[in-house]
Amino acid sequence: MAEPPAEPARPDLLGLLVLRPGPLTTVQDLGRRGVAHLGVPRAGALDEPALRAANRLVGNPDGAAALETTLGGVTVRAEGGAVTVAVTGAPCAVRVDGRAAAWGAAVRLPAGAVVEVGPAVHGVRSYLAVAGGVAVPAVLGSRSADLLSGLGPAVLAEGDLLPVGPPPTGPRAELVPLPAVPAELVLRLRPGPHAHWFADAPLLGRATFRVAAASNRIAVRTEGPALTRSSAGSRELPSEGMVLGSVQVPPDGLPVIFLADHPTTGGYPVIGTVPPADLPAAAQARPGTPVRFVPLRPAAL
Amino acid sequence: MAAAADAGRRPGRGAGPTLRAVGEDAVLVELGTVEEVAALYATLLARRDELPAITEIVPAARTVLLDGVADRTALARTLRGWTIPELPPAEGPSVEIPTVYDGADLADVAARWDVSPEAAVRIHTAPEYRVAFCGFAPGFGYLTGLPERYHLPRHATPRTAVPTGSVALAGPFTGVYPRSSPGGWHLLGRTSAVLWDTARDPAALLAPGVRVRFTAVTNG
Repeated sequence: MAEPPAEPARPDLLGLLVLRPGPLTTVQDLGRRGVAHLGVPRAGALDEPALRAANRLVGNPDGAAALETTLGGVTVRAEGGAVTVAVTGAPCAVRVDGRAAAWGAAVRLPAGAVVEVGPAVHGVRSYLAVAGGVAVPAVLGSRSADLLSGLGPAVLAEGDLLPVGPPPTGPRAELVPLPAVPAELVLRLRPGPHAHWFADAPLLGRATFRVAAASNRIAVRTEGPALTRSSAGSRELPSEGMVLGSVQVPPDGLPVIFLADHPTTGGYPVIGTVPPADLPAAAQARPGTPVRFVPLRPAAL
Repeated sequence: MAAAADAGRRPGRGAGPTLRAVGEDAVLVELGTVEEVAALYATLLARRDELPAITEIVPAARTVLLDGVADRTALARTLRGWTIPELPPAEGPSVEIPTVYDGADLADVAARWDVSPEAAVRIHTAPEYRVAFCGFAPGFGYLTGLPERYHLPRHATPRTAVPTGSVALAGPFTGVYPRSSPGGWHLLGRTSAVLWDTARDPAALLAPGVRVRFTAVTNG
């Protein structure tokens, strides 16, 4: 662990000082809405139930901003006073001043105490919520970092001091359901709007893909059998609005599942859409995890 | 899954838009032209209170996506009862983009149009453009209005960095880069207009539906 910086923080400011940012830690809430027509992605926590759970454990509203880690965890120190935190999402070791502390429960940090969120044991993304929420300024209605377009707070760096909001007055949940990270990713798929562009769309329901290493907050990329276009799909798709969970198939034929930082429009056909309820598991699937798609009936209007 | 091809339904009166259900709570409206998109988008904004709650209305090149729709059946029923004008209304907010026409591709574009660079500037400043849709980056508007004979394909190899404020064109569209980014469009010039400012409402100077004129200036 890095030595704490010599510069003392402002004593009047309640905050979290970043001692070890981890490989990729961002501030996330429930994201931006109503601005997609300006080209602004929704952003927000990829494992939204885990964010909500962490917030409930510390008595925050569900949508308070928290920290989302990626595989390697994060280490922060309580500055300016005591704070209560909770860690959910990808299971990991939690330590306070070097001593084991609870995962999935509220943990009190005295002023100056250091909480270490360890590397994920399973899954990818852990969430560290703090009572009062991470109080960085909101941009277009959200405190989320959007890694596609660079809106919102920057990726955490060592020495950052994250302000913490006033303590919440709501009740604290003692226990929240925290789903395990599945060994196989099974994603339901609502076909359309361009399923008919693919000669072998049924293949999508039979084949096993794997989560590719290039996956990120924008999308889960997959490896597996390449889907081929039908004659109906030989044209180019003019840019079209994309939704969360859209499964886009670029020219290489490998499905790409859009997550929170997805572009608002895209120019590749969408073979189907994964329901939002299945996306938290997708966001916790490590590279190499098998992926199966279970086709649903097309929705009618 | 081939049945998805038939998931769209034409509304009762002839050649209206096709509505397709997307995912769990979105509807994609497919139209024939970017002008029809602009007309539907303007109508949707003007008559939004007649519709069930919608989180996002995202126009694009041939489609309007309605995402986060509270009641898709009711939405489809209401939309099918609407008569959408063929052309977008002529009114609406309008902005002027003062542009220094000294772009790296101006001479090449002029040559491909078979005119002098001065004439190319006159061609580009003549139309009233309209922001058809945004995408690619926050505040990047796709502007229509350049006559079809001046449409040029994108560069085969994009530049790795196009400077902020670059005024550029590709295909049927003109655009202004809100920030430095890679880009394959033909660079005509640059503007000091602030395209994107999250402290401003709206943050995007060039939001969908905005009418735009480019004016040639010597010092942007």
